[in-house]
Amino acid sequence: MVSSIPKDSQSVSELQEFYRQMVLIRKFEEAAAKAYSVGKIGGFLHLYIGQEAVGVGSIASLTPHDYIVSTYRDHGHALARGLHPSPLMAELFGKATGVSKGNGGSMHFFDKNAHFMGGHGIVGGHISLAAGIAFASKYRKEDSVTICFFGEGAANIGSFHEGLNLAAIWKLPVVFICENNHYAMGTPEYRALAVKDVSVRAYAYDMARDHIEGDEVRKVRDHVKVAVDRARRGEGPTLIEVSTYRFRGHSMSDPAKYRTKEELDAYKKKDPLMRARHELELGGIKPEVLDKLEIDIQTQIDEAYAFAENSPEPPLSQLHKYVYAEDK
Amino acid sequence: MAVLTYREALNRAMVEEMEKDPLIYLMGEEVGHYQGAYKVSQGMLDKFGEARVIDTPISENGFAGIGVGSAMVGLRPIIEFMTWNFSLVAIDQIINSAAKMNYMSGGQFPMPIVFRGAGGAGGRLGAQHSQAFESWYAHCPGLKVVCPATPKDAYGLLKSSIRDNNPTIFIESEVLYGSKGEVPEQEYTIPLGLGEIKRKGTDITIVTWSRALSFAEEAAVILEKEGISVEIVDLRSLRPLDENLIYESVKKTNRAIVVEEGWPVAGFGAQISHLIQKNVFSYLDHPVERVTQMDVPMSYAANLERMSLPNANRVADTIREMLR
Ligand SMILES: Cc1ncc(C[n+]2csc(CCOP(=O)(O)OP(=O)(O)O)c2C)c(N)n1
Repeated sequence: MVSSIPKDSQSVSELQEFYRQMVLIRKFEEAAAKAYSVGKIGGFLHLYIGQEAVGVGSIASLTPHDYIVSTYRDHGHALARGLHPSPLMAELFGKATGVSKGNGGSMHFFDKNAHFMGGHGIVGGHISLAAGIAFASKYRKEDSVTICFFGEGAANIGSFHEGLNLAAIWKLPVVFICENNHYAMGTPEYRALAVKDVSVRAYAYDMARDHIEGDEVRKVRDHVKVAVDRARRGEGPTLIEVSTYRFRGHSMSDPAKYRTKEELDAYKKKDPLMRARHELELGGIKPEVLDKLEIDIQTQIDEAYAFAENSPEPPLSQLHKYVYAEDK
Repeated sequence: MAVLTYREALNRAMVEEMEKDPLIYLMGEEVGHYQGAYKVSQGMLDKFGEARVIDTPISENGFAGIGVGSAMVGLRPIIEFMTWNFSLVAIDQIINSAAKMNYMSGGQFPMPIVFRGAGGAGGRLGAQHSQAFESWYAHCPGLKVVCPATPKDAYGLLKSSIRDNNPTIFIESEVLYGSKGEVPEQEYTIPLGLGEIKRKGTDITIVTWSRALSFAEEAAVILEKEGISVEIVDLRSLRPLDENLIYESVKKTNRAIVVEEGWPVAGFGAQISHLIQKNVFSYLDHPVERVTQMDVPMSYAANLERMSLPNANRVADTIREMLR
């Protein structure tokens, strides 16, 4: 593993914060997987394990005014945005205390205050929503930037092309981040993409592009920041492809038989958490400190789990609530 | 009172609302420089500029999504579909995004968006351009569905739709754009969910909306000469639905028929028929009948199109049968 050593105390503490967020995501999802396997969480559960550096690195370059639009694989993005794990876990449990009051579930985390604009379940449909949010920022002459995550599978649907074209012609402040984990469910990229490199599709829209590996969190941050700054200056959107890997199946119900153990093991050697931890140790952080950090996070997750478990289900009267907006 | 066309009434409603609220914008194909494919947005580009009257490429799914995303953060878009036929490529955004956003976010994201444009059947436009889709959208909770039949209603209902914090499907009748009617000069709105008795009568209730109102009115005139007195309920919006107006009328006339431009199977008339038999069954002297478009795609051939569409004679014939 070629590792970069954080050069000064500031970059060490920054990396340590990224590490904390990545561990939080990993442990949150491990707890969610456990809850799912004992029937406390229903429906689909798509885990982000393996991809943590992409969400954490990307979101680190945003201000609180910026917006995030996510897919059904939204836990990591929500946590990286700083949402508290308890209402997120409660949402997974379908409780009244969930971020979407139990109406959303795993695929539909929403937090308006955090400008977390939702997990969305239709592949690619949210890409034009993100362009729309960016459109609103431009319309109101606000300098917010929107970043939109999606998979390489989504890059094949019409919404992707329409969303990118509209964003490009109107120079909208949006950064499209394709988390290429090389599989759309069970379909490997070579069976779905005529041209493997999703980022070159940016040329079709005269859009800036970038393509990076997603195992090094600070590198992701640096590259995304260039695009975010460009968007904020009014110079338009960027399509960034981040190469990554999910260690689990597409969802909890997917045994992922379409890939080899060797392939998985090779990617696990590039685990972004291991990498960050290694770099922190090279930067002078003692293993005990990192162990302690992990234990603290585990405690936080245990609390979130208990919070979710002990929270009430939504009142039955909620069934008909929120179908329409309440009067102002 | 001024006499305006249906198209002018819609234009006036949009212009007045946009003058009041800078968060409202109009987006769609040809809405700006071309002045609207059906000229509903005539003059609006000059008034409001390119930032608020926005021409799009042909990408319904994309710009419907732009509308929804921008509504999530407080803008109040009016998205024009050149015709509702093309809304089908955006139906994912309308149903999976717009209609459910508030619900699935636990009330965090109201959706103050209007999708509007030309709907309905006829004019020898053939199968892909001649269809009434209000039943599709009325099927989906979270949407409001509005189908005005007169210039006066078009104006008042569009203003309410624009002010509403929910996604509204506002289906204009392509055939009615040039039709004229009196529109009060004073500003007014018509609440969504309020139907209107367009004609009073005692023998039978016709429940209808949008262009089919004209078939009902024609039939009523024919039947009047035969001594049959027809009451016409114009629903104006299907969601929310003015159920009581229907029930009160049926209680009086003891018979009901639904006249609609759409297809019969799982059409909105089936829902109305169900509601009537469920709620005022004991007042009925005859099963509820329906006159709809035939259960086929629209033919181009003039005679077949004529046969396919509901019309006054079919309505009158059915009513005569019911009263025998
Ligand atoms: C329009 C649509 N078609 C199919 C699906 C079912 N589906 C859900 S996720 C998925 C794979 C998407 O893969 P990708 O975009 O690469 O994202 P990843 O899951 O790898 O993060 C599919 C086919 C869907 N949700 N929406």
